[in-house]
Amino acid sequence: MSQGRIRKILVGDAQADRVVPPSGFTAQLTLFVSGAMAFLVVFALALSLASGRLADRWSQELARAATLRINAPQDQLPAQTQVALTILQQTPGVSSAKALTPDEQAQLLSPWFGPDIPIDTLPVPQLIEIIEGNPGYDRAGLRLRLSAELPGAVLDDHTRWREPLVDAANSLRRLGLFSILLIGGATAAMITLAANAALAANAQVIEVLRLVGALDSYIAQAFIRRFTLRALIGSAVGVVLGMISILLLPEASDEGGFLTGLGFQGWGWAWPLLVPPLGALVAFVATGTAARRKLRELS
Amino acid sequence: MIELDNIGYNYGGGELLTNVSAQLAPGSFHFLTGPSGAGKTTLLKLCYGALHPTSGRVRAFNMDVKGLDRDQTAMLRRRVGVVHQDCQFLNHLSIYENIALPLTVSGKALDSEEGNLNELINWVGLSERAEAKPPELSGGERQRAALARAVILSPDVVIADEPTGNVDWDMSQRLLRLLVELNRMGKTILVASHDLALIRAAKNQVQARVLRISDRRLTLAGADL
Ligand SMILES: Nc1ncnc2c1ncn2[C@@H]1O[C@H](COP(=O)(O)OP(=O)(O)OP(=O)(O)O)[C@@H](O)[C@H]1O
Ligand SMILES: [Mg+2]
Repeated sequence: MSQGRIRKILVGDAQADRVVPPSGFTAQLTLFVSGAMAFLVVFALALSLASGRLADRWSQELARAATLRINAPQDQLPAQTQVALTILQQTPGVSSAKALTPDEQAQLLSPWFGPDIPIDTLPVPQLIEIIEGNPGYDRAGLRLRLSAELPGAVLDDHTRWREPLVDAANSLRRLGLFSILLIGGATAAMITLAANAALAANAQVIEVLRLVGALDSYIAQAFIRRFTLRALIGSAVGVVLGMISILLLPEASDEGGFLTGLGFQGWGWAWPLLVPPLGALVAFVATGTAARRKLRELS
Repeated sequence: MIELDNIGYNYGGGELLTNVSAQLAPGSFHFLTGPSGAGKTTLLKLCYGALHPTSGRVRAFNMDVKGLDRDQTAMLRRRVGVVHQDCQFLNHLSIYENIALPLTVSGKALDSEEGNLNELINWVGLSERAEAKPPELSGGERQRAALARAVILSPDVVIADEPTGNVDWDMSQRLLRLLVELNRMGKTILVASHDLALIRAAKNQVQARVLRISDRRLTLAGADL
């Protein structure tokens, strides 16, 4: 599309605009539909951006860390811990392995038992935190060796419960993106209907325009411009309302988890700004297609 | 300018026109007459490409009209000014805007044509009514407006369908003078009319030929008028 053509659509030609009579009903329909759809797109966007962030965070935070738990009678625990650390240090792909101190273990347990529990009197297993290197270690190989040398050690690499969570977040993101496509398609369909109604209602006008030598492209332009502008205005209003609603949602907080993190963050705020131009583009294409088909029909 | 070469036409029922041939030479003035329902309007529509013949060929400006695509047909309409029997205005626009419509749709800036437009509107005697909407005009005023719209692009050919259908004798004389004046400016004129008195009056002013449709055939009327 040439620059001149874009300018013609945005700035227009006051005289050319008047050749098609203003049509109340289709104008309002287009404004309302594109406004409502833009509002929904903002939410779908917020949803997929938030679930995307969640998926990234979960997979990043948990990917590199694993825990080795050593269950043994208290008197054998230090010796077995030492053996485990040695094994880990010999395993390629383990970047570091560190036994948690009793204080650190107490801290981890305090949410469950309260801060005043005398942890050293309880038979707690020893925890070893493993940070994976890049490339990572061979999980199956490590498990095999541990089961041979340290039957009481359990390797917990979090993948078991991490994967379904990350999967869920990722499908939520895909669902959001899919909804945006659906909304775009529905908008195109509605605008096509509205444009067809406007074209049919103006068959007489189109005939007169042809009699005085109007090209099809000129007639189509008059309709395209209208619907494009209406979609642009409607979706701009919808986006503004959608963004205000998102702003009014509670701040992201650790306690609220996913639900409060639904807003946009940083550059995420720029995404909704793309919606009005895209809405206008959808209207442009939909009206253009409808107009070309109708004009061919009417000839 | 426009040649009808052995054309036939029917709307789906019986044949309306059979073996019709005619040539409109540049600068000529033709009347087309015949009883109501004989096919005058139909023949005019064939001339400006609103209808295509079921047999034979229509050539305008040496182009086969049937072979034109929609854009080329639009360009043909700009070279042939048409006064339609039912006028065909856009009722939401003023008479001024309707007369200017051919300029608007061909992308000409109205500002630069304002002088011409006002002169033309004055020529058809509608200066007072320029801001009125078409339904507010009398039949004769509408027909004058239609004539003004037909000539605004300065076409080579002007085709008028019953331009004096709704007006009294004085007004029909005025419209006739406008057409004669256009012919003197070198335009090719084709006027459908069943008003024999008007045709006789015209023959005193210009060299006009009279074509008559009857019984599906087109004949050249002689001195019997
Ligand atoms: N669109 C159409 N479909 C079917 N028949 C038509 C159509 N237009 C005209 N006719 C018929 O064709 C015949 C010729 O019509 P036309 O309008 O050419 O007559 P005319 O000579 O201009 O008559 P008038 O002097 O009353 O204007 C008429 O019998 C009319 O009923
Ligand atoms: Mg007629």
